[in-house]
Amino acid sequence: MPQKTIAGKEVEVNEEGFLQNPNDWSKEVAKEIAKEEGLELGDKHWQVIDYMRSDFQETEKSPTVRRITKNSGINTKDLYQLFPGGPGKKAAKIAGVPKPVGCV
Amino acid sequence: MADLTKEKISLIISKGSLDGVYPGLIMANGARMEGIEVNLFFTFFGLDAVVKKTMDHIKVSTVGNPGMHIPTLMGMLPGMSGLATHMMKKQMDSLDIPTIPEFIEMIHDSGAGMYGCKASVDMFKLKEEDFCEHIDKVITVGDFYEMAEGGHIIFT
Repeated sequence: MPQKTIAGKEVEVNEEGFLQNPNDWSKEVAKEIAKEEGLELGDKHWQVIDYMRSDFQETEKSPTVRRITKNSGINTKDLYQLFPGGPGKKAAKIAGVPKPVGCV
Repeated sequence: MADLTKEKISLIISKGSLDGVYPGLIMANGARMEGIEVNLFFTFFGLDAVVKKTMDHIKVSTVGNPGMHIPTLMGMLPGMSGLATHMMKKQMDSLDIPTIPEFIEMIHDSGAGMYGCKASVDMFKLKEEDFCEHIDKVITVGDFYEMAEGGHIIFT
């Protein structure tokens, strides 16, 4: 697996840039991954990220887009605006959880 | 990585059965999740999925549908289609697949364009107020091809 330095920290990522070890994640790391994706994180981004991390901890699965919009308090329209060009994947990457598996 | 926002697909939904409508909706939603631009064109019985009166009553076809693995004569029995629909809906719900009205709203909110086919609308004598609020407008086949230009077209 490739190594990468994010926010001054040596971390392991997969070929798509997802963190391999959830413990490598920190808010600083999230901010830096977001920057790479062209995003400046605001309160609503954090609401999604926090939900994704807590759901992942509970279920050991990354939430799908539908699950995020059902439970995080952020609706579909906003989610697509917050993470343009692929909300599920992009948010998961920034939240340091694996790419969501699921077609919906 | 390729810039997926530059890609585009236009899907045509032409059938009014549960198994005719869902694949197109799943493909459309999946494309939006990948950042691909999406147009959905509802034509012929596919319009049932976006007409208020019918959208929540879409059923699985049990007659002439070999995929159901039941003999056609049994599929004809009263209540068979309702039963098969009930079972399939239950299964889909457990997989967290939304109902058709919810799915239509979700795909609309994800930024996909949704259109009704003018020829079918005229044929079924539908009016604007018959449609759910998520249909952007009724367009001609020519409009559709213009919109689809530069992307892929998928017919379902």
